[in-house]
Amino acid sequence: MNLTLKVWRQKNGQSAGHFDTYPARDVIEDMSFLEMLDVVNEDLIAAGKDPIAFDSDCREGICGMCSLVINGVPHGGHRGTATCQLHMRHFKDGETITIEPWRAEAFPIIKDVAVNRAAFDRIMQAGGFISVNTGGTPDGNAIPISKAVADKSMDAAACIGCGACVAACKNASAMLFVAAKVSQLNLLPQGEPEKHRRALAMVTQMDKEGFGSCTVTGSCEAVCPKEISLSFIAKLNRDYGIGALLGK
Amino acid sequence: MALESNIPSGPLAQKWDKHKFDIKLVNPANKRKFDVIVVGSGLAGASAAATLGELGYKVKCFCYQDSPRRAHSIAAQGGINAAKNYQNDGDSVHRLFYDTIKGGDFRAREANVYRLAQVSVNIIDQCVAQGVPFAREYGGLLSNRSFGGAQVSRTFYARGQTGQQLLLGAYSALCRQIGMGTVKMYPRTEMLDVVVIDGHAKGIIVRDLVSGEISSHAADAVVLATGGYGNVFFLSTNAKGCNATAIWRAYKKGAYLANPCYTQIHPTCIPVSGEHQSKLTLMSESLRNDGRVWVPKKKEDCDKAPGSIAEDDRDYYLERKYPSYGNLAPRDISSRAAKEACDQGRGVGPGKLGVYLDFADAIKRLGLNVIRERYGNLFDMYEKITGENAYQVPMRIYPAVHYTMGGTWVDYNLMSTLPGLFVLGEANFSDHGANRLGASALMQGLADGYFVLPYTIGNYFASSKQAKPSSSHAEFKRAEEEVRKFTQRLLSIKGKRTPTSLHRELGKLLWEKCGMGRNAAGLKEALKRIPELREEFWKTVNVTGEAMEFNQALEYAGRVADFMEFGELMCLDALDRNESCGGHFREEFQTPDGEAARNDEKYAYVAAWEFRGQNQAPVMHKETLEYTEVHMSTRSYK
Repeated sequence: MNLTLKVWRQKNGQSAGHFDTYPARDVIEDMSFLEMLDVVNEDLIAAGKDPIAFDSDCREGICGMCSLVINGVPHGGHRGTATCQLHMRHFKDGETITIEPWRAEAFPIIKDVAVNRAAFDRIMQAGGFISVNTGGTPDGNAIPISKAVADKSMDAAACIGCGACVAACKNASAMLFVAAKVSQLNLLPQGEPEKHRRALAMVTQMDKEGFGSCTVTGSCEAVCPKEISLSFIAKLNRDYGIGALLGK
Repeated sequence: MALESNIPSGPLAQKWDKHKFDIKLVNPANKRKFDVIVVGSGLAGASAAATLGELGYKVKCFCYQDSPRRAHSIAAQGGINAAKNYQNDGDSVHRLFYDTIKGGDFRAREANVYRLAQVSVNIIDQCVAQGVPFAREYGGLLSNRSFGGAQVSRTFYARGQTGQQLLLGAYSALCRQIGMGTVKMYPRTEMLDVVVIDGHAKGIIVRDLVSGEISSHAADAVVLATGGYGNVFFLSTNAKGCNATAIWRAYKKGAYLANPCYTQIHPTCIPVSGEHQSKLTLMSESLRNDGRVWVPKKKEDCDKAPGSIAEDDRDYYLERKYPSYGNLAPRDISSRAAKEACDQGRGVGPGKLGVYLDFADAIKRLGLNVIRERYGNLFDMYEKITGENAYQVPMRIYPAVHYTMGGTWVDYNLMSTLPGLFVLGEANFSDHGANRLGASALMQGLADGYFVLPYTIGNYFASSKQAKPSSSHAEFKRAEEEVRKFTQRLLSIKGKRTPTSLHRELGKLLWEKCGMGRNAAGLKEALKRIPELREEFWKTVNVTGEAMEFNQALEYAGRVADFMEFGELMCLDALDRNESCGGHFREEFQTPDGEAARNDEKYAYVAAWEFRGQNQAPVMHKETLEYTEVHMSTRSYK
C-alpha cells in the first residue's frame, strides 16, 4: 500500500517545529509501524535528506523507549499495544497518517519526535525505591505475601514508563505513572514502612517537574500499552492524603 | 601476556569464601576517594553501580538509552534460576553448578560457575527485599517453574516479564543512590573509547548523544556491563541499540576477547516477514510442550494452505529424527533441524524461512480453553505481529540469534587483561561456556553486579596503588582526538549506501557462514568477504547530519563500523575451533547421527584473542579448562 505521512520535524529543543509531508511507498502489511518509518528514513537518506529522529529500542513492547502520537493518539490507539508492536495491516492504502511527539512541558523535544523523559527518572529518584542496601536481606520466603497482593503489585509493576499517559492527558498529568510506581511498592509489606513518605516525595517531585493535575478523565488508562488501571490513582491519593495528614 | 585466571586454591566449594577473606579491603572512610565508571545500566551495570554507591565509592554510570530502566535485560521473559530448593525436589548449589557446566558443554570455567550457583540464593532475597513482585503461591510463598536443561524446579518468575521486574529492582536501587548523590547518571551517553595510562584503564571517552559533545571521564577503575554482540548478525532478538562497541574498543586497548564464536540461536522466534525486518521476536520455548513441528514433505506443497496438506504429506521431522525427545529436543538441535528443512526448500511462509508449530492436535486432545489458558498471552503476541490466529492456523517459527556466550576475557575477579577494566554480565565470557541454559542470564548479570564485583574491585584498589588519574592527562586528549577523527571520517564519506544496508549485508553473510552451522570453507569465504565489505563501508557509507547534534545515523554507523571488524574475529575463532560444542556447530565435526562432536583432547580451552594492531592478525592465547569436581561427559538427548 501507499501512504502519506505528515511528520513533526524540529531540528532541536531551541528551534520551532513544523509538519513535513512524505510519501511511504510499497508498505507491506506485515511491517511494524517503526519498520515503515525505517524504510521512509532509508529513502530520505538516499535523497540526501535528514532522516526522521524517533526513539525505539527493544521493539517488542517492553522497554518503553518508543513513543509517537499517531493520528492524535499515543501509540496509535490499539488496546494494550505500544507503537513498536503496531503493524501496518491496521492502515489502509491511500491513508494519510499524522505523526507527532509526546507533547508535554515536562517532556521537552530533543529532535523531531524524540523527547526527553528524564523527569520520570527524577520522580523515581525522589522515592521510587525501598531503602535496602545490597546484602543482609532476609530469606525471600521470610515474609509470606498473599497471591492476591503479589498479583496486584505485579499489575502496577507492569508499567514500562513510556509516558503515553502524560501524552494522552489534556493536563499532561503524570498521575498514572506515579500511581503505578507508588502502588507496586506500597502494596507490598516490604514497601510498607516508607509508604507515606514515598507517596509524598514522588508527588512533590512530579509537581516540580511541571506535570499537570489529574482530573480523572481516564484517557491515560485508555492509551496505556500495559493497561495499567486508573484505580491505582485512588490508591496513590489515599497514601498521599494520609501521609500529608500525618505530616510525614 | 600469559593468561592468569587467578582462581583461588582450595576445594571448589570453599574457594569464594576463602577468596573473600584473602582479598584486601578498602577502609569505609577511604572508599569515597575512589572514582568508578560503570558503562551500561542493565542488570549487571545497574546492580554494580548501585552497590558500589552504597559502599561509598564515587560512581558515574553511563547508558545510551534515555533512561537506565530501558537496558535490554528488560526483555527477558522466562525467569531467573536460584538454588533455593524451596520445592524440596533435590536442588542444591552443586546441582545448579553441575547443570550449568553441563549445559555449557564443558567449556566454562568451573570456579566461576560454582560461585555463580552459590550467590544465586542471595539474589532472590535481595530482589524480594527491593519489592520485585515475584509470582507467589496461595500460601504466600514464592512460586517456581521448571526450565530447560534441569530436572528440578528452580526458576523464579514475574509473569512473562521477569527481566523487566528484576531490572526495575536494580534501577530502583540505582535511583536511590542517584538521589543520594553517590552515583551520577549519564543517560543518552555512549562510550567510544577506554583510556589507558601506565598500563591501567583510567577512564573513558564518551559522546553526549543529544549535543554531540565529546568528553573525558577519569576514574580509578572502569566497569563495562554493555551486553552481548548478537546484533552483529543484523537480525537478532536484541534491542536495536545493542552493540559491541564498548568491548570492541576495549579489545583494541588490550582487553582480550574470548570465544567470540559461541552464539546461541533460539529455535522459537517469529520468522522474518520481508527485507524491511528490523528485529526478531522470541516466543517462549514452552510452546513446544504442546505444539508439533512440521514442514511439507514435498516442496510443491509449501505454498498451499497448511490445513489442505494431508497428514501423510507432512514431515514431523523432530518426532521422526529424535523419537525419544520429539518436539522437545534441545535448542541447538531443534534450530539446526529447522534450518536443514528450509535449506532443502521445504520452508513455509514468506521467504520460505519458517516451519509450522501446530496446535491442532493439542486443541483436539485438551480443548481450546486449556491451550488458551496455557499460552493465551503468546498467541496474542503472535497475532499482533503476524495478524494470524494460531488457534486456527499453525504458527510459523524460525530460529534466531538471541544471546552471545563469548565476550571479554576476565579472570576470577572479573578483571580483563587490561588492569583496572572489569567486565560483567553478557559482555564477559565466563559462566556459560559454549551454551547458556534458560533463566541463567539474569542470574549471572545480578550475581556479577551485586555480589562479585563489589568485593573484587576493592582488592584492586587496595593492592594496585595507582596514581590518581586526571582527565587533563595527555592520553585523554589524544583519545578524544581519535574519537573526533573517527566521527568526522564517518560523516565525511557521504557515499551511496546507508549504514543499514551495509549492516544487513554483513549480518546475512555471518548468518549464512557463521550461524547455526559452520564449516571451514564457508568461514574462509566469510573471512575473505568481510574485509571487502568493510572497505566498501568506509568508501560508500552515507552518514547524514552533523557531529554536534542529536544524530542517530551517526551513532548507528559507528556501531556498524565496529561490527564490521568484530564479525571477522568471530569467524576466525569459529574456524580455529575444529570441534562442535554447544552453540558452535562445525558441520565437519559431527557424529554419524548428526550430533555435535566435541574434542576435549584438543579444544578444552578458552580461546582469548589479543589485538595486535589494525590490519594485523590477532594472536590467540589459551586458558586450559580443568575440571576437578565434574566428569566431562557427552551431552545426549537420544
